[in-house]
Amino acid sequence: MTVTGHRQRATTRTALRSSRLSSLLGLTGVVIVGALVSAAVLAPWLAPYDPTERVARPFLSPSWDHLLGTNDIGQDLLSEMIFGARVSLTVGIVAAAVALLIGTAVGVVAGYYPRRLGSVMMRGVDMILVLPFLPLLIVLAAYLGRSLLNTILVIGVLIWAEPARVIRSQVLSLRSREHVLAARSMGAPDRWTILRHIVPRTALLATGSFVRAVSNAILLEAALSFLGLGDPIQKSWGSTLFWAQERLAFLTPAWKWWVLPPGLLIMMASLGFALVAFSLEERIDPRL
Amino acid sequence: MVLVAANSLLEVEHLSVRFDRPGAGIHAVNDVSFDIAPGETLAVVGESGSGKSVSMLSIMGLVPSPPARVSGSIRLQGQELVGLSARRLNRLRGRDMAMVFQEPMSSLNPVHRVGDQIGESLRIHRGLARAEARRRAVALLDRVGIPSAADRAGSYPHELSGGMRQRAMIAMALACDPNLLIADEPTTALDVTVQAQIVDLIGELQDERRLAVIWVTHDLGVVAEIADRVAVMYGGRLLETGPARRIYRSSRHPYTLGLLQSIPRLDRPTATRLPEIPEAPMRMAGALRGCPFDSRCPMAAEGCADTLPELEPVEGGGHRSACLHHRKIDSAEVLFPETPAAAEPRSATADPSQVLVSVRALKVHFPATGGLARRRAGAVRALDGVDLDIERGRTLGLVGESGCGKTTLGRALVALVRPTEGAIDIKGRLINHRSGPHQRVVQMIFQDPLSAMNPGMRARDVIAEPIRLHRMAPPDAIRERVVRLMEQVGLPPESGDRYPHEFSGGQRQRIAVARALAAEPEVVVCDEPVSALDVSVQAQVVNLLADVQAATGMAIVFISHDLAVVRHISHRVAVMYMGEIVEQGDRDRLYEDPLHPYTKALLAAVPVPEPEGAGPGDRTRLAGELPSPADPPSGCRFHTRCPVAVKGLCSTTKPRLSEASPGRWVSCHLVNPPCT
Repeated sequence: MTVTGHRQRATTRTALRSSRLSSLLGLTGVVIVGALVSAAVLAPWLAPYDPTERVARPFLSPSWDHLLGTNDIGQDLLSEMIFGARVSLTVGIVAAAVALLIGTAVGVVAGYYPRRLGSVMMRGVDMILVLPFLPLLIVLAAYLGRSLLNTILVIGVLIWAEPARVIRSQVLSLRSREHVLAARSMGAPDRWTILRHIVPRTALLATGSFVRAVSNAILLEAALSFLGLGDPIQKSWGSTLFWAQERLAFLTPAWKWWVLPPGLLIMMASLGFALVAFSLEERIDPRL
Repeated sequence: MVLVAANSLLEVEHLSVRFDRPGAGIHAVNDVSFDIAPGETLAVVGESGSGKSVSMLSIMGLVPSPPARVSGSIRLQGQELVGLSARRLNRLRGRDMAMVFQEPMSSLNPVHRVGDQIGESLRIHRGLARAEARRRAVALLDRVGIPSAADRAGSYPHELSGGMRQRAMIAMALACDPNLLIADEPTTALDVTVQAQIVDLIGELQDERRLAVIWVTHDLGVVAEIADRVAVMYGGRLLETGPARRIYRSSRHPYTLGLLQSIPRLDRPTATRLPEIPEAPMRMAGALRGCPFDSRCPMAAEGCADTLPELEPVEGGGHRSACLHHRKIDSAEVLFPETPAAAEPRSATADPSQVLVSVRALKVHFPATGGLARRRAGAVRALDGVDLDIERGRTLGLVGESGCGKTTLGRALVALVRPTEGAIDIKGRLINHRSGPHQRVVQMIFQDPLSAMNPGMRARDVIAEPIRLHRMAPPDAIRERVVRLMEQVGLPPESGDRYPHEFSGGQRQRIAVARALAAEPEVVVCDEPVSALDVSVQAQVVNLLADVQAATGMAIVFISHDLAVVRHISHRVAVMYMGEIVEQGDRDRLYEDPLHPYTKALLAAVPVPEPEGAGPGDRTRLAGELPSPADPPSGCRFHTRCPVAVKGLCSTTKPRLSEASPGRWVSCHLVNPPCT
């Protein structure tokens, strides 16, 4: 009963400040993602050269003709960066979609039947989460062979566990809501209830996990490609790093234009999606 | 002002509260004036959104401002409270005035012991030492009727029952001997029997301490017996004030009359439809231009929409009404006429005595887990051997306090819970507890229509769901069917594109009724269908259900804690206590001559909206509260609270539900002596 105006005002002020901060971060994320996506889409027009062609002498330092210099076989590095965005983003988005598909299916089923089926499934999810990630990724990728599709599948299969957990907890709370009970009392079979009353209401939350998964997938793709397990034909930022490493660019002054740009781009892409996910989750948090 | 008595304790004059919002502000309270003398009880009656709670919170200085702007004057014992600094308000709150809220669980701090919380205000205002404060807290708890108060003072709020928590809240409010107690719907969350106990308690304390009480409520019944004066609020304005007797017997405002007429009562005949106030209560918005009740008023005339009526004295005695036409009001019966009830459904094949659903020895036990290890610790016996018949075209009322199993029974009927033992069959077919098309014949209407609808679906699709689900019509015919259903339940068909949250409470319940009807069911289970609605809208929904029954010949299972509503709509009534049916019979005979002591006590606890109706002396008050359903008492489950329990018999031998007279089943040793 002693709640006074002061405290209330103070809490609203901090709430305001944090919401302003989070929308600023979200906006930053949207700008980064927007820039990268448009670079990927407009790559043929933006890139000064064809990245698969030899356009100059190898190992050139940056100049006005080649802003980031050339690589070991004389391809333009700037063009390679711009076209690399296509591969990185595609892998990130498609792998996240695969993860979301698996995660939603598992999460919804495990949440709707929480007793036996659900607890067995969630033990499976826990297993995936405790597995050492990178070694497994490497083994799988090496076993399946180097192609874009395999990269996508391997990443997708490994990162669905987190969306599954998020969605399961939402379904758990949804299934005991009255509108779901009402549907069941009408005689709706489980399939009907799940498709009409449960899945649509997890959509917002799923959007948040999807964006987060994209951010993770971009990092994983870079890791795989850097280890030389990416698609040898489609050059991504990660494979640029792989070749830079092969040609000892890490130890020469060339790291400034051969190693730093792809590294920064990977970081930016992952950060951009993570920021968008952060502010999305803030906004759609089911607890609020 | 004439209104203010010479020696009033609290004087409120021209109180207005406005909430500033970007866009339009909300005028929550508009120019409200009243006063209260020491030892007096003022009942402030109003529906949700009438501004009653906001006015009380602004008296306590608890309205956050900004966004609120409080103007006018509030004087407590001559001291002006509007504009007082937070610090000086803090000194008054708890010492000179105290407040009891509706939900005691959320008003008590869950991590502090009850005794310490009561002692806190003594230590703040009186500077008592810890031990002394504690001793006083125990004495207070004892005074408000908490058994073994010394032990209870060491309990945490969650360890107390709802009624005990409310008693503790009252003890806390009274700790520093305030002169003014504001009780904001203090009994709304409680069962009738407990409600009656709390009403009695506050009455006693008031006499003892010359306490002035402002009792805020939406229920005219609760306050009838204890109020000295009544103030009726609507749309942020006072519509009528006056002595209780005059408000209840000869009100001079159409809104009050409508409220009084539309409440189902135990002392009125039931052969009629309930008189209704049309439409939904107004929502608070910008500044008022005319009478807020104008759009719903049966005698609205020219001038009502654009003249703000002021409170004017009516025939002395402090009775004042804010109605331009209060002189023309004849009587409630003329304004809100009773119409004969719809004919009994004898249409088509319906044979009224045909049993449609029969429930046999139904038991539902929920596993109770206890402790950190989640070990199985027995079972909560939600239903423990229920036998019941539901007849075609008739309404079965199920009444009982919360926790008696009535909701579980309703859910078992629509296969939402799986019976532990026993069987339910519909038209001779055992119902199968897997969801599926066979469930079409039994539909359910929930208490809160908003949460029972998918918030992302339009009203049209909500209503169409059972039709699509059971493939009852080709897709191109669905729209037309939905329109017909909406017309049947009194919804404008063009509103089908709106989402559930855009409707008013009463309209939402109409959507729920339409949805149930869409399945063309033979039984509709209504679980407290009017409890979440505003008082003035309840009658509309009750009448709608009766009309629909007359038109379709369906059976209704009407679950409610409100005995008056159940009496109005039911043909047969079953009274439940702790998972068992203790009495069952035809409506009129059961209400006129209750046989089971529990039924008697329930009926006695129902407040009648009639001042000085039944004196408090001739009432059987049930002591205590519901025992834990995980560990029911031995013998007759009611013996722990029964005023007439026989020692050695009731506590050891379980009475059986047996027929006391044709169609009348009672389970009590005193009615059906055990043959030994």
